[in-house]
Amino acid sequence: MTTTDLQRPATAPAFQHISSGRRAKNMTATVLVSAAFVIAVAPLVWLLWTVLEKGFTHVLTADWWQKSLAGLTGRQEGGGAYHAIYGTLVQGLICAVIAVPIAIMVAIYLVEYGRDSKLAKWITFTVDILSGVPSIVAALFIYALWVTTLGLPRSAFAVSLSLVLLMIPVVVRTTEELLKIVPDELREASYALGIPKWKTIVKIVVPTALSGIITGIMLAVARVMGETAPVLILVGYTQFINYDPFGGNMASLPLFMNSERLTTNEIGEARVWGAAVTLILIITVINLLATVISRLTAVKTK
Amino acid sequence: MAKRIDVKDLNLFYGKFHAVDGVTLSVPPRNVTAFIGPSGCGKSTVLRSLNRMHEVIPGARAEGEVLLDGEDIYASSVDPVSVRRTIGMVFQRPNPFPTMSIRDNVVAGLKLAGVRDKKKLDEVAERALRGANLWAEVKDRLNKPGGGLSGGQQQRLCIARAIAVQPDVLLMDEPCSALDPISTLAIEDLITELKKDYTIVIVTHNMQQAARVSDQTAFFNLLGVGQPGRLIEIDDTEKIFSNPTEKATEDYISGRFG
Ligand SMILES: Nc1ncnc2c1ncn2[C@@H]1O[C@H](COP(=O)(O)OP(=O)(O)OP(=O)(O)O)[C@@H](O)[C@H]1O
Ligand SMILES: [Mg+2]
Repeated sequence: MTTTDLQRPATAPAFQHISSGRRAKNMTATVLVSAAFVIAVAPLVWLLWTVLEKGFTHVLTADWWQKSLAGLTGRQEGGGAYHAIYGTLVQGLICAVIAVPIAIMVAIYLVEYGRDSKLAKWITFTVDILSGVPSIVAALFIYALWVTTLGLPRSAFAVSLSLVLLMIPVVVRTTEELLKIVPDELREASYALGIPKWKTIVKIVVPTALSGIITGIMLAVARVMGETAPVLILVGYTQFINYDPFGGNMASLPLFMNSERLTTNEIGEARVWGAAVTLILIITVINLLATVISRLTAVKTK
Repeated sequence: MAKRIDVKDLNLFYGKFHAVDGVTLSVPPRNVTAFIGPSGCGKSTVLRSLNRMHEVIPGARAEGEVLLDGEDIYASSVDPVSVRRTIGMVFQRPNPFPTMSIRDNVVAGLKLAGVRDKKKLDEVAERALRGANLWAEVKDRLNKPGGGLSGGQQQRLCIARAIAVQPDVLLMDEPCSALDPISTLAIEDLITELKKDYTIVIVTHNMQQAARVSDQTAFFNLLGVGQPGRLIEIDDTEKIFSNPTEKATEDYISGRFG
């Protein structure tokens, strides 16, 4: 209160100009962020480009999707990856059929029943550890259990079992998060109508979160399909089509690549790139399907 | 249909916290009872204990008796699910089921209880929506999602959903607090209408609303921070608003509170 009215400007400026220091900081930050973006994206684009450039022509033939390599030597052209595509899809499917119900029930227990109980804390802890287990460890565990202890042969089913170990924690986690964001008000509204708790969960809570849960499952399936350690350890490669997941060798795309990599000629190389493109395509299609299904099942307001 | 409620020495707890102390009151059938009182005094807690929704919250428990036509709903042999089927509830914030259409929201209680007959469900939906004064507004879009309605319409949808299962008692926790004056009026008219068939208990912060719709009014108060809420007095609404027995009630109603 020491200044007089005359010393003050007639009207104080409402806004200040941006100082040159702030401008410089802003520039620096913009450059750094953009550079980080380019560094992160460049290898991805490069990888995708290389794979597509070298492999895309092979997947354009009908034979690629319909034939196996049965009866062909490493030096003969022709044949396809049908046996490997079938293996990858069926192993992923069996894995999902086993893992999804278990994972969803675990998540429902954790969110709807366990809440803060000791058991729930232990399960969460175990799931956390499981989600950090490398795929080779999961594969070796199943080998020890399935082959060494139970004396059963290596098979596609054993691969699926090890994929189950990798898939359960992912699906539990996403489902848990999605169930948690279903507002308690909906549960209470349902209880207040005299609807029992389990029915509330099945008919109100899960459907509300369903769209996200499906997306999470599809993404998890896409991820485990590319796993390589389990197929290397738990099943042998074959050039033939094998429809039986419980017996015999069964190809899959990672195994196909690994085997063709060893035929050091152009034909083998081409097949490796082709298989890479096929794997990427399958995973992309699954991701797109996930998006479509989640759109279709999403909660609507109009 | 409508039944009477007698609450005897009811104490309510959240874990170790004693939220409500020794409430005793009676609600006659076909009667509207309003719960008023300052925030945090336990109105919602008491209301939720009347259909055993209180115990849904982890750690929450109730001691005492709540009699519905003489039968204790807290008796150990009683299934809370059947209590809630008999005593319906409408919440402060409208909460239609987002995955269901307007029609399915209304008949959710019946459908999930196993009623399959489509014709019967359609009839019930229409009757409940008419009862909730919503039929005219939604009859052309029954298959659209309930979440697409306005707030006031959603609240009336929730009322329709609650009355579709034909409960004996309807509990309402500040059903108009999120609504505009016109929707509020519509719901107040509805309450007066529903009174013919139901016993109604309503929590409200709006004195005029309590005065307009209720036959008797219960005033709850807190004696201090951290103390349990108590029922100060319950009497005919006219008497509470003109000539209450307790000074605290008079102070609260006339706005000379705290
Ligand atoms: N889920 C809860 N867990 C623990 N304490 C709670 C819970 N709900 C309410 N309380 C406590 O119980 C007391 C009574 O709460 P209640 O919600 O019944 O008040 P109210 O009278 O309905 O208030 P308002 O008018 O603001 O809705 C408060 O002290 C509140 O903090
Ligand atoms: Mg309240």
